[in-house]
Amino acid sequence: MNLEQLDAVAIASAVRSGKVSAVDVVQAALQRIEARDRELNCFTTVTAETALADAERIDGAIAQGKNPGFLAGVPFAVKNLFDIAGITTLAGAKINAENLSATQDATAVAKLKKAGAVLVGALNMDEYAYGFVTENFHYGATNNPHDLKHVAGGSSGGSAAAVSSGLVPLTLGSDTNGSIRVPAALCGVFGLKPTYGRLSRAGVVLFSSSLDHIGPFARSVRDIATVFDVLQGQDDRDPVCTKRPPVETRFMASSEDLADLRIAIAGDYFMKGASSEASAAVYQVAEAMEVNEYITIPEAHRARAAAFVITACEGANLHLGRLRSRPQDFDPATRDRFLAGALIPSSWYVQAQRFRRWFGDRVQEIFQKVDVIIAPTTPISAPLIGQQTMILDGEEILVRPHLGLFTQPLSFIGLPVLSVPIQRSNALPLGVQLIAAPYNEALILRVAAVLEAKGIISI
Amino acid sequence: MEGKGFDVGEYVDLMALLVDLQLRDEYRDGVVENFERIQAIAQVVNEFPLPDNIEAAPVFEL
Repeated sequence: MNLEQLDAVAIASAVRSGKVSAVDVVQAALQRIEARDRELNCFTTVTAETALADAERIDGAIAQGKNPGFLAGVPFAVKNLFDIAGITTLAGAKINAENLSATQDATAVAKLKKAGAVLVGALNMDEYAYGFVTENFHYGATNNPHDLKHVAGGSSGGSAAAVSSGLVPLTLGSDTNGSIRVPAALCGVFGLKPTYGRLSRAGVVLFSSSLDHIGPFARSVRDIATVFDVLQGQDDRDPVCTKRPPVETRFMASSEDLADLRIAIAGDYFMKGASSEASAAVYQVAEAMEVNEYITIPEAHRARAAAFVITACEGANLHLGRLRSRPQDFDPATRDRFLAGALIPSSWYVQAQRFRRWFGDRVQEIFQKVDVIIAPTTPISAPLIGQQTMILDGEEILVRPHLGLFTQPLSFIGLPVLSVPIQRSNALPLGVQLIAAPYNEALILRVAAVLEAKGIISI
Repeated sequence: MEGKGFDVGEYVDLMALLVDLQLRDEYRDGVVENFERIQAIAQVVNEFPLPDNIEAAPVFEL
């Protein structure tokens, strides 16, 4: 049994049926981390002792005939902004390393553990989630498993690279402007950013609250759907968490018929700014589903701009005390951006928030005509570590702020988006975004399952 | 604010004083550069005419 290549559902099935013990699965994951994380730099903390104790408990439950959960014995890890009881939550910052240990697990961590998954550690990220590259000044860069000279993407770079490299089959990250989808695309794995408010962020260090989401990275569509189902549910500890009842998606993700769905490509902004390789990835997905209709999401460039302003304001406000008292302890890559964000006039912020309503209304109109929209995740494949600029549409532009060009306008209005991986021979992977109306995660999982069955998307 | 002849450096210095940020000399150029970037991006949103009835609409439910 090659545990490194199995998805979470297959591992849980093997553990439940007694083909392998949870302890063996977790030990194998810890050995992979020990052997390979030195060059990848995904993990900032490895919780070997508690992981093995948890795995023993799972095996004990199985021996007693108890139900160990959907994810029995599946090793998982989380971006280091999720609280883990007994561990200090770093959020990628040196400053936070001085904090006391968390006293309880983040809701998402607790839910995965309750489903039988076993936490093996915390993962690297851009400081305070402000970045798309995971080149962290304090904790080092996370390297892309496909080519170590390239970035893993960010800000949840450790989460994407840990799944891509097979260290663990399942991780959690957060996404404010693209921080799940960008690294998922650059590392060639699945990354789901659900509807804003769908999953609880309780026990997660926020960045820009009105844009912050959490979501999973995984090796298969059924894993994403299973974890999404496990993570859903009302949570009074997160004031934006929905009170809608959960929707089970893991069975919907096996439908093979998409005839009832209207699917279109996001044209204009989303294709004009894409490199030829990023456009080709979208066409590959479109052709597989015989999609040739285009829609225009109006004013997408303004949506991205508004998300940029909101993020700068909310992020700076959150960290204002630390920016006043100890700016020297921030990562130089985030410090000047946070400081500048603290100086933004209020009318710019309010205009950006009001534009959000206008833009959301226009996109709702589009969803009267189509069910699912497809668009590139990033404009290019993974840039080199340290690369400052890239050429797009004939223009030399900065890498760091532009990797989120196509993700920012969508999280801006909370749409559910799954980035699906496109593997390419002799080239780094890319991602394609499957986008639906709010609370329609099931639709994009259905589409992804069909693409996966056709062999178009894979790890 | 968005008019000609506006000195971003001067704005950054004064606004930093107002919000009680002690901007160190070594950060100032980087902050000014970042503020100029934000200003250019914000302009794209600010120039878009929004009807008065468009509100941010936070929703509060029991």
